[in-house]
Amino acid sequence: MNSFHYARPETVADAVSLLDEYGEKARLLAGGTDLIIELRNRWVEPEIVIDVKRIPELAGGITEQDGVLSISAGTVMTDIVEDERVQRHFPALAEAAVVVGSVQIRARATLAGNICNGSPAADTAPPLLVYDAVVVVAGPGGTRRLPIDDFIVGPGKTALERGELVIAVELPIPQRARGSAYTRLTRRRGTDLASITLCAGVDADGDARIAYGSVGPRAFLVRDESGILGDPNIPIEDKVEPLDRIFSLASPSLKSLRASPDYRLAMLRVLGARALETALGRLTKEEVVR
Amino acid sequence: MKNVGASPRRSGGYGRVTGHQEYLADIKLHDVLHAKLITLDCTRAKINSIDVTEAEKVPGVHFVMTPDDLPKPMPRFGPQFQDRPILADGETKYHGEPVAAVAAESKDAAEEAARLVKVDYEVLEGGIFSVAAALAPDAILVQDPALRPNDPLARTNVISEKRFGWGDIEAQESHLVVEDTYQFPMVTHFAIEPHGFMAAPEDGGISIWSTIQHPYLLQKMMAKMLGLPLAKVRVYAPDPGGGFGGKQIPKLEPLIAYMALRARRPVRLVLTLDETFQQVRRSSAEIRVRIGVDENGILTFEDIETNFLVGAYVDIADRVVGKSSYSAGGPYRVPAMKIIGRTIVSHTTPSTAFRGFGIPQISWARESVLDEIALRLGIDRLDIRLRNLARFNDEFIPLEHADGDWEQTVRVAAKRIGWKDPLPPGRGRGIAVGVKSGPTTGLSYSTVRLLYDGSAIVLAGTSDMGQGARTIFAQIAADELGIPVDQVTVVMGDTAVVPYDQQTSASRSSVLMGTAVLRACREVQSKVRDLAAKHYGIDPDAIKVAAGEVLLPDRAMPIVEVVEEALAPLGGEVSGTGEMRKDKQPDHPLGGTAAFYEFNCTACEVEVDPGTGAVILHKYVTVGDTGRSLNPLQVTAQGEGAAIMGLGHTLMEHIILDETGRIRNLGAIDYRILTSMDLPLELHSESVENADGPGPYGIKGVSEGSLLVTAPAVGAAVRDATGVVIRDLPLTPQRVWEALEEARNDGS
Amino acid sequence: MNDTLNEMRTISVTINGKARQLEVAVNHTLLDVLRDDIDLTGTKECCVVGECGACTVILNGRSVNSCLMLAVEADGGDLRTVEGLEGDDGLSALQAAFLDEGAAQCGFCIPGQLMAATALLEKNPNPTVEEIQEGLAGNLCRCAGYEQITRAVLAAVREGEQ
Repeated sequence: MNSFHYARPETVADAVSLLDEYGEKARLLAGGTDLIIELRNRWVEPEIVIDVKRIPELAGGITEQDGVLSISAGTVMTDIVEDERVQRHFPALAEAAVVVGSVQIRARATLAGNICNGSPAADTAPPLLVYDAVVVVAGPGGTRRLPIDDFIVGPGKTALERGELVIAVELPIPQRARGSAYTRLTRRRGTDLASITLCAGVDADGDARIAYGSVGPRAFLVRDESGILGDPNIPIEDKVEPLDRIFSLASPSLKSLRASPDYRLAMLRVLGARALETALGRLTKEEVVR
Repeated sequence: MKNVGASPRRSGGYGRVTGHQEYLADIKLHDVLHAKLITLDCTRAKINSIDVTEAEKVPGVHFVMTPDDLPKPMPRFGPQFQDRPILADGETKYHGEPVAAVAAESKDAAEEAARLVKVDYEVLEGGIFSVAAALAPDAILVQDPALRPNDPLARTNVISEKRFGWGDIEAQESHLVVEDTYQFPMVTHFAIEPHGFMAAPEDGGISIWSTIQHPYLLQKMMAKMLGLPLAKVRVYAPDPGGGFGGKQIPKLEPLIAYMALRARRPVRLVLTLDETFQQVRRSSAEIRVRIGVDENGILTFEDIETNFLVGAYVDIADRVVGKSSYSAGGPYRVPAMKIIGRTIVSHTTPSTAFRGFGIPQISWARESVLDEIALRLGIDRLDIRLRNLARFNDEFIPLEHADGDWEQTVRVAAKRIGWKDPLPPGRGRGIAVGVKSGPTTGLSYSTVRLLYDGSAIVLAGTSDMGQGARTIFAQIAADELGIPVDQVTVVMGDTAVVPYDQQTSASRSSVLMGTAVLRACREVQSKVRDLAAKHYGIDPDAIKVAAGEVLLPDRAMPIVEVVEEALAPLGGEVSGTGEMRKDKQPDHPLGGTAAFYEFNCTACEVEVDPGTGAVILHKYVTVGDTGRSLNPLQVTAQGEGAAIMGLGHTLMEHIILDETGRIRNLGAIDYRILTSMDLPLELHSESVENADGPGPYGIKGVSEGSLLVTAPAVGAAVRDATGVVIRDLPLTPQRVWEALEEARNDGS
Repeated sequence: MNDTLNEMRTISVTINGKARQLEVAVNHTLLDVLRDDIDLTGTKECCVVGECGACTVILNGRSVNSCLMLAVEADGGDLRTVEGLEGDDGLSALQAAFLDEGAAQCGFCIPGQLMAATALLEKNPNPTVEEIQEGLAGNLCRCAGYEQITRAVLAAVREGEQ
């Protein structure tokens, strides 16, 4: 690693001020599971590493208020997985968080870090897209909120501007029954990085949406316009065309190491259909419960 | 026999569970300098110059070692051919070949300096990364022909071509002949402990620490290279954290030795995992198999061509090719056999020994072709093997005899997998057999010291890298001397203290060193007899000493009691030495017959997800003919462990190169091995024990058998489940899916 | 390791029950500091990308990869390494079980496995086989003694219940 300064601000204002001062020459340290690797390989050589784990607003865990579940930026994957409210209202997020690395990784890796790192294969991105997550950002100009779809820009790139950092990720708690499921393609059953990521969501109105990643510069959210995907009475074999249309944004890299483009495109359809079925099944159960 | 056949706690186990065990990287030498390698991010580079000025200015840096600082011509070394230079000699031949190395007071300084070394180089176009490319008429030559001045093959990429066989395959009449070619990919050992080396100048000599599996081979090579007597080269070999063959042969010790001599201080180099991947792998291979049978599926001939792609330097790979090709026909009765085996160099990581030593590569092809024959003739795939299997004592290769009841092993495996049971829908089964020869020559010495309080020290130069050699030697000594196993200390890993052992490989140690330990114990027993005669005033001929006991004319006494009594006045010890030697047989193509064979039958039941191509292992059975399990727990662990390693190359492991020969998937994130979540749903490892081996108590060597035929067994099961034939590994979900897609598209 | 090039920080951390003050370089990992600065070499270095788990330690009750943490991040924390498992009354139940079940072969992955298993059992005293395999999925074993390791964890559970 290069020789950098290490700072551990204790307020959001201090963190913002440091970020504003150093700009591109600063790196934020939360869980570190991505950053430490980048530092060790010298893919980044910051002048300052800003450890945000002592800032109370970022360490507030998961709180519920006014129909919104707020996950503070420093919340680690293990806590997201184990939170009852996440499991009940946002099961696909729990399903995604639980496959981020191993137990050891999940004890450190944060949700904010996962989306800020901006890997197209980030496991949490598709569920956050399906759930209409909102990213709360603090910066020199104050606090603002961005829909996750606007926050994610491209590989390694977010909508954060100079001096800004993520404070929390907010998820609107659904008022009506909803079914959702996360799945992904990996090379082995054990811990792995995803070759495709996929989240399907269907609601009581029959609206269906699918978010998928690792087949282009960022994860995409596509809503089904046909009304067919969200209809539990139509058999899965008859949903091929609308599914195909959903996946039309996919453009997997030809040079990819983990899986070939053809395989990814085919698996989007295979796993997409399975995730959709699971989501529909959960919707039915949810409707019964409600 | 209290301990042999039991599973006492592992010797060295306490250190392993408390973190006190010192692996190489844990040893802290006083005053050590840290080394860091400089490598290039390309495969083939012509090196014009190396500028070390900026690097040597970094505080704490002592020097940067370049070829200019080494003797000229560049010293070359290797166990078979002296072809490997200490540093890249004017040109790098593989991605990761060391070009220079820094020595500095701290790791940070060494890393900083390594980044500042300026290598002026030109990337050379093209390269040899496949068998086809290597054998093409106008192929670039990987090695300088001047390295092999009298070799007719010097102007080719073929290091050697071996021809084995018997009978006349052309004269055989066959009902059916099937020919096919299979590929086995590059895979790497991935021991959890990366490689490490240290050297320190000593008065008139040198001390070397290494994760080496063959300490005495290292001693010999370094003594020769540095012009030192053996007695002045001391090799310390701490228990390696996994070896699997990858740590057998010296690689970077010469560099570190020269650096230590120049620095006049100890120098330490511990490789990263990524660097380790660049230094060792299994020989990849293209295997062509042509088999003929009569209408009952009885073999009429086998014609096998093995082309092994071994990398930029030969290391021990030529031996891999020769030894495995020799028994390429498998454990069968083959009336006529023709084998051609080739050692072919390439611009890739030099391959080295790896558990299985060429047999997994060849068996993958041979067993798969045999399955094809069975399917075409409508013969059960188990039956065709039983029809052709060599029986006990058959001379299945000239001068080589089947040394076990291999049929029994096959039947046990077939029963365990439920071969004849109805198959649940959507599933497939496969079964395969394989055999690997143990050592063909060998020499092991051991010294056993029975101390005056009845405890004992065993000196044995084997390397315990997890297979549990330490423990079984302690068990043997414990039983022969009649003492508790936890009162035996086994000392290994120091050439100045422990007598000579040729090497730890080919699953030899329980047989060769085990016998040496046993003989050393017998000499101790003989001396105890003389001691008893003197102490009790009895004629020695009237005394018998057996395992643990002294039989006097009127009573029996434990050895320990006699020794304690007789030595009480002045203390002392009773020591014995033992030797087990298997000499070279000059007429034998491999230098000697096999001391024993590891025979294995593997069977499995799988399901394939038709949507994704993922292979689900429902049941996996591996059975080996082991003679006798000295330590059943360790044998089972090695059996399961080898099977899981075999599943690695079968399902998920491969080194991926880009078009210029650079490794794309260095490191643990993109080189996949099995985790605890990837195991078969049911895994059974068993032994057939008929005490018919040459080692103590009838043992044979173990720990390679269970990965010899993993790939063909699983491949056969995948074929059985889906109908697709895949001729390359690993059987990743993507590869299986692609084969399924091709079949689906052909069908429509 | 003191290096004048690097910024240094003094941290307070409890290691295996002992409060300690350490001066560490801010760009050294926790793994580096354990192994190089304070001679706790029981924790091992292998992949350094958080895949193999050989560097697993327990920080504030959770198993983590020490190769992916800067040492300074341990400031104020409670850290346990393999050296701390053995108490005055002997080996921990897990350590003894690992020995009895033959779970340690070459042994290099074992400190990491033990720390991951210790953290697992402290959180979930009665895990199923699946939960054990998932809980230890971040610890690679190339000797592939996974079955023995799983059995050892189950044996330690039974031992704990007595």
